[in-house]
Amino acid sequence: MASVKLDNIQKTYPNGFKAIHGVDVDVQDGEFLVLVGPSGCGKSTLLRMIAGLETVTGGELEIGDKVVNDLEPSKRDIAMVFQNYALYPHMTVYNNMAYGLKIMGLSKSEIDERVKNAAGILELTDEQLTRKPRELSGGQRQRVAMGRAIVRKPSVFLFDEPLSNLDAKLRVQMRVEIKRLQESLGITSIYVTHDQVEAMTLGHRLMVLNSGVVEQLGTPIELYERPASLFVAEFIGSPAMNILDTKISEDGESVDIATNIGLALGNGGLPDYAGKKVKLGVRPEHLQLAEGSENSLPLTVTLVEHLGADTLVHGHFGEDETDMTVRRSGTLKTVPGDKLPISITRENIHLFDAETSRRIDL
Amino acid sequence: MLKRVHFGPSALPYLLVLPQILVTVIFFIWPASQALYQSLLVEDAFGLSSKFVWFENFEYLFEDPYYWGSFQRTFVFSFLVASLSMGSALLLAVMADRVVKGSGLYRTFLIWPYAVAPAAAGALWFFMFNPTLGILPYVLQFIGYDWNHKVNGTEAMALVIFAASWKQIAYNFLFFLAGLQSIPKSLIEAAAIDGAGPGRRFWTIVFPLLSPTTFFLLVINVVYAFFETFGIVDAITSGGPANSTQILVYKVYNDGFVGLDLGGSAAQSVILMGIVIGLTVIQFRFVEKKVSYND
Repeated sequence: MASVKLDNIQKTYPNGFKAIHGVDVDVQDGEFLVLVGPSGCGKSTLLRMIAGLETVTGGELEIGDKVVNDLEPSKRDIAMVFQNYALYPHMTVYNNMAYGLKIMGLSKSEIDERVKNAAGILELTDEQLTRKPRELSGGQRQRVAMGRAIVRKPSVFLFDEPLSNLDAKLRVQMRVEIKRLQESLGITSIYVTHDQVEAMTLGHRLMVLNSGVVEQLGTPIELYERPASLFVAEFIGSPAMNILDTKISEDGESVDIATNIGLALGNGGLPDYAGKKVKLGVRPEHLQLAEGSENSLPLTVTLVEHLGADTLVHGHFGEDETDMTVRRSGTLKTVPGDKLPISITRENIHLFDAETSRRIDL
Repeated sequence: MLKRVHFGPSALPYLLVLPQILVTVIFFIWPASQALYQSLLVEDAFGLSSKFVWFENFEYLFEDPYYWGSFQRTFVFSFLVASLSMGSALLLAVMADRVVKGSGLYRTFLIWPYAVAPAAAGALWFFMFNPTLGILPYVLQFIGYDWNHKVNGTEAMALVIFAASWKQIAYNFLFFLAGLQSIPKSLIEAAAIDGAGPGRRFWTIVFPLLSPTTFFLLVINVVYAFFETFGIVDAITSGGPANSTQILVYKVYNDGFVGLDLGGSAAQSVILMGIVIGLTVIQFRFVEKKVSYND
């Protein structure tokens, strides 16, 4: 058990490319932190730096109150699960799990006990332990990779997109298992993914990375309800948040939604932004249908997607044909070409500075 | 599963394989059958008369201590050439695998010896180790070692082994490097996290995963040492001194074209042919099927 502390961690490659621009985070003992972001955002690099597979070129990295910047991966008391599982193909499943233990110099009986114990937790049969990794299915290999991490009894688990090679159904199943396992073992875990659903469901806290910069660090609900930047707003949530290019009225009291339609901000408005351009975000699930309301926007439906539990309606409105997606639970009977009156409520909008893309608090 | 595709009868497939069949018949089947036939004959040195003697040539060979001596030498020679060239190639490949800057240049230089003709390579080593002119005997003199492979059989053997290995290193290097680069980096990283140091990682992870390459190269190198080192032996020692570097393939030439014992020489080449066929079978049986770690 250990905490992990990143203090202004930076990574600059020899060719001058700066992959990580100073990351600060304090991962509590037993916490599940998810690093999430699009490809190339630096999340894997950051994880590999924690593992000791990449050098840290700036800042201080602590695992369990010990600075580990220059420590070998094996001395950091961590275990890592790789995207491609990285199982040793020439060894049996048993030996794959026992490899690190043998190097630790544990006794045969101790190794056997730990491997059998891990196999029990992961529901691997004795027969499967004698097989080679290539004779296992993707999900079973994933379990073996987890097993190899568990038997080491590390202070910190590191996961590098462990589910991305699995099919959709198995991914959901393994996601639940990882969550359950982490909670029962209580081991500090850092998990990298590009899948925001995985991130939202697994993490106690999420760190959204973009081009090596931390966009936001917070609980899943915080990220969903109060995204700190336009990037986080668009990244978290599916389908993505609707973003409108608009501006604050000259008196700062309201925000323009469409020509002649404004939304009162209340709370004294935003005098600092009076007349300035802003971006307005509203999630598809927060758009209301407003039959007969005067202040509704007429959405011209272009495409309807029936998901069963929900209906997604894609359309556009206004002179500049701003695209918008609406999500309604249940079945909504509408066809392309229809005009749906929709309304936006003040509580559900997010405003972002058009220049800095940061959140504007009302 | 792919379904078998049926084509109508046509002369085209036969036409397409015809050149290959012609080459095989003219340059392999014909000479090989000639050798087989020749091995059953005894011919006088002038080629004026010949007599069919069944397997007498073979019987004579198997009773000949010189032939067994040559056999033994060939095994020692092949074993040492294969281990030396594969060992050095593996070492170089492991180091080249780690090189980040200028790796292209480094590799190109390492591949060059392969482009040198065996006789030219032999001549190169001949001059370097020439007891009177060579640079290396001159250097060895300073540490009090008197090198003369023209009289010392062991030194002569060592020299042809060096020369033959040197030429094969480039080839082995290429295959080892490709083998090393096909091992996923994450495996090495996983082993590092598991606490294995570089040496342990190499012997427990990398080396076992290279075994298909190693086995393939072993067969190739043995075949090379058996059959393709003629030029090197001829240029450096011509089998001497006192037959100490006369390996099987050289003895075929020596007995046939110098000793003019055509029947005996043909019998020897038939035995060599048998060895090649054996090695090729091993190659196909084991390399292509058994020793594979690919999914």
